Amino acid sequence: MRVTLVLPRTLRAEAGGAGKVELDLAGEPTLAAVLDAVGREYPGLERRLRDETRALRRYVNFYLDGQECRALGGADSPMREGAEIRVVASVAGG
Amino acid sequence: MVEVLLLIGTRKGLWLGHRRGGAWEVTGPHLPMAEIYAVAADTRRGLRLLVGASSTHYGPSVVTSDDLGRSWQEPQRAPISFPADTGAALERVWQLAPGPEDRQEVVYAGAEPSAVFRSDDGGRSFELVRGLWEHPDRPHWEPGGGGMAVHTVLPHPHDHARVLVAMSTGGVYRTADGGHSWEAANRGVRAYFLPEDEYPRFGQCVHKVARHPAKPERFFLQNHHGVYRSDDAADSWQSIADGLPSDFGFPIATHPHRPDVVYGFPLTADAERFPPQGRCRVYRSEDAGGSWTALSAGLPERFYSAVMRDALCVDGADPAGVYFGSRSGEVYASADDGDSWQQVAAHLPDVLSLRATVL
Repeated sequence: MRVTLVLPRTLRAEAGGAGKVELDLAGEPTLAAVLDAVGREYPGLERRLRDETRALRRYVNFYLDGQECRALGGADSPMREGAEIRVVASVAGG
Repeated sequence: MVEVLLLIGTRKGLWLGHRRGGAWEVTGPHLPMAEIYAVAADTRRGLRLLVGASSTHYGPSVVTSDDLGRSWQEPQRAPISFPADTGAALERVWQLAPGPEDRQEVVYAGAEPSAVFRSDDGGRSFELVRGLWEHPDRPHWEPGGGGMAVHTVLPHPHDHARVLVAMSTGGVYRTADGGHSWEAANRGVRAYFLPEDEYPRFGQCVHKVARHPAKPERFFLQNHHGVYRSDDAADSWQSIADGLPSDFGFPIATHPHRPDVVYGFPLTADAERFPPQGRCRVYRSEDAGGSWTALSAGLPERFYSAVMRDALCVDGADPAGVYFGSRSGEVYASADDGDSWQQVAAHLPDVLSLRATVL
């Protein structure tokens, strides 16, 4: 199954400058499995998306087909063939 | 006048102050929008700058520079992370402390949740010091107002097996076997907020501890109410608060060469947290806390900001440079042991950490 992670400008340096990371995954992967795959290729990117307990970072959102994953299954959100996961930082701070 | 590099860690990035020929140049923000709770200058082999940087969005890390901040390096793998079996996640790095001269690759980190990490590669990667993480007192440590963190790490300058740390709350702990075992060392330090036992073995809200490099058995301690000195390697502590306008504050720092000289920045507490009488004053003792002098030349008379626990420091010059940064974004520097001050930066975000080194 091929999925694509779409990165905000602020994270592209962690993926060698790429705005999109394409991944080929076996079986029926979840968002967690996507991030596991990201971690194998871009560990610096993966640890910016979740902490070492594999919890998604609080102010990082993952939009799957227009829905934020926490409204779906969180890190257990299932992927579909061709899914595009858009990473969007929360609007926060002052 | 000696050349000095000043690392200014703020809530929204790092600024670098550079004094050459008596004039200051301040550049930044470096690492923009990162909370910089810890800065260090490791001078044991050249000069390496170490910074504990936390992004509110993307988490904490440690970055280093070997070229005075022109470029920064950070490994792909997290330089500090908790092992999976702990179930813990790093919140932020509160302290970075180069180790002793005979272990030049060793750097310690104090972290939140309360833990110590040790690097054996000059601060590029760290491992958890399990002896403290697995301490039986851990379940009873409580967070202070800023979080539950090891904010002070003081390696012995000559004995690599000895390290003293402090946490808020939890108090002072020390090791004499390289971190395998730790014992609480708070005898004489009061915890007024624990009325059932105001002098417990541990649990004090210690704000900062300083050690003098030329007299490593001597420590000074700023507590949540209380200022103390130990002359016996933290076996016991004696109050040295008499003569101060308040026994509350956050930072405490020792003179680089004179073991009887110590600096602090008192605040009123607990209902208020202002400098006494709204005046900006660094306090200096020249007799190891027996008496105190208010230092004010060049400092503002109307001042309601505060100085945080890692935002008061000295350099290694003689006479010593003394520096402090405020939550209102000002940085002041003295080149004469604190006798007089000049403002070197203003309008910065809250200053959280400060370290100075002679170049």
